[in-house]
Amino acid sequence: MHHPILETAGLTVRFGGHVAVDAVSCAFKAGELTAIVGPNGAGKTTYFNLISGQVAATAGTVTLAGDDITRRSVSQRCRAGLGRAFQLTNLFPRLSVLENVRLVVQAQGTGRVSLLSMAERDTDLTDTAMQVLRRVRLDDLAGQTVAELSHGNQRKLEVAILVALNPRVYMFDEPTAGMSVDEAPVVLDLIAELKRDHTRTVLLVEHKMDVIRTLADRIIVLHNGALVADGEPAAVIASDVVQEAYMGKDLADV
Amino acid sequence: MIDTILSGDRPRSMTLAALLLIILVGLALAPFLFPGVRSLETAARICIFIVLVASYDLLLGYTGIVSFAHTMFFGLGAYGVALTSVHMGRGFDALAVGTVAGALAAAVLAFVIGLLSLRVRAIFFAMITLAVASAVAVLVSQLSQITGGEDGLNYLIPRELTPAFRFGEAFGVKLNGRLLAYYLVFGACLLLFLLLLRVVNSPFGRVLEAIRENDFRAEAIGYRVVAYRTLATCLSAAVAAVAGSIFAIWLRYVGPDTTLSFSIMLDILLMVVIGGMGTMYGAVIGATLFVLAQNYLQTLMGSASDATSALPLIPDLLSPDRWMLWLGVLFVLSVYFFPTGIVGRLRGAR
Repeated sequence: MHHPILETAGLTVRFGGHVAVDAVSCAFKAGELTAIVGPNGAGKTTYFNLISGQVAATAGTVTLAGDDITRRSVSQRCRAGLGRAFQLTNLFPRLSVLENVRLVVQAQGTGRVSLLSMAERDTDLTDTAMQVLRRVRLDDLAGQTVAELSHGNQRKLEVAILVALNPRVYMFDEPTAGMSVDEAPVVLDLIAELKRDHTRTVLLVEHKMDVIRTLADRIIVLHNGALVADGEPAAVIASDVVQEAYMGKDLADV
Repeated sequence: MIDTILSGDRPRSMTLAALLLIILVGLALAPFLFPGVRSLETAARICIFIVLVASYDLLLGYTGIVSFAHTMFFGLGAYGVALTSVHMGRGFDALAVGTVAGALAAAVLAFVIGLLSLRVRAIFFAMITLAVASAVAVLVSQLSQITGGEDGLNYLIPRELTPAFRFGEAFGVKLNGRLLAYYLVFGACLLLFLLLLRVVNSPFGRVLEAIRENDFRAEAIGYRVVAYRTLATCLSAAVAAVAGSIFAIWLRYVGPDTTLSFSIMLDILLMVVIGGMGTMYGAVIGATLFVLAQNYLQTLMGSASDATSALPLIPDLLSPDRWMLWLGVLFVLSVYFFPTGIVGRLRGAR
């Protein structure tokens, strides 16, 4: 029996009178790829923010591998194994592509940070970072600054950072948004690869139905902040609630 | 070898390398190249301000923290040396104790300010440093039994560092304790500068740059941003305090105007911006140009004014009394033409 690696119980956040995420209870197992779907404003990204700690929960708990992490800071959650890629590209713009990934690899180190050694001379760090860049085909651009990259390549770097974090739980927020047709497969293949490694858990916010059909083991549907459906992809997609809430029918109440 | 000394941070521009070399040689041989009391005063001031500005750039340029308390830390170091020299008597032990105590006090105070304000938005840190710095300046001028108030403190430093200690002559220059004091200043400042250069090129320094670029993401990849910011603040404060101690040893006097005044804070800001934020070499160029202008612009304008005395209006414009005006014009022009500072410009044009 698999114990859930990540679990949210009654997770709620209110902004003033607006309930953005409404008592969402859900458990995620290792080796499972869950797609989170729902119309715009359904609370998908806010749900992610609650899990990774950017937004503090009004009520409910987040549990990672049995530890209650609800009150932990973003960096503590990250070190505990929650990795997050962002919907809007969120990088270190004036640093090089390599430096962006090196910083992530460095963060995975012992926690002791040297003030007097030379960063450039840590070849292990550079090698690991280059390996990650090769996986998203950015190794040729390692020396460029992020600001010079195309949008598609910035999205790839966003994914590379998540891969370099090597977390237990990968959280992708629309990883292929704005990518061209020939760029997207690099990222999707990488996610499929993560899935094949059965120790990892992947959470994926995604709008593209074809992507969800190929990758997801399970779909959960958020609507107005509440969890309205949860199950096998085929069954969830066919259900009335998804046809209504997600496929755009009858949204007058949103 | 050179790479290790410079921590792999090469000037990356021939012009910049040449300028830095000229400044280094000029400062290293200042007593012999430019004999005279005034030029030695200027050279020592340049050395000290390079360190002070570099330590400020660690905060502003590398970490993206705006602080107005840098002169306060500078002053803490200076008063540390002054107070120990007054109370422990003349001696190297007093200088050492004063320097260490000043640096520790600065680091502790920076830690407290950091804990109180670095968690919240950057603007609060700037405001709190402004408030604390003003409070300390008032305190120092009011507690006149301890600090000498507005008059400051005069004290004796070891005889080996004073003009009275003579030991010969070389290249037409009298070798005395003042010369030794200058080389103490030069050597200590060079070491401190290279230390800062190493820190910004260390793994720690890279994290500071990441925080400057995107603190939100730095936290999300697992760095405790507050801890890094606090450590950077403490380190910057401690180095500023040591620079203050060196200044106090050189001047043999401290007072609120020379170490704590807000106008020095403004000078530091100008030097960082003129030289180029986020590069340690900017501190060297900025401090050198600014201190030279402060000390010699008046003289230069005086002679320019005399030389043009036959023309209408121009001699009046160039009158030495108007040197502040021209310094202002120079500043505006340098920001306009070199928004990334002189170093940024030189590196960009490579």
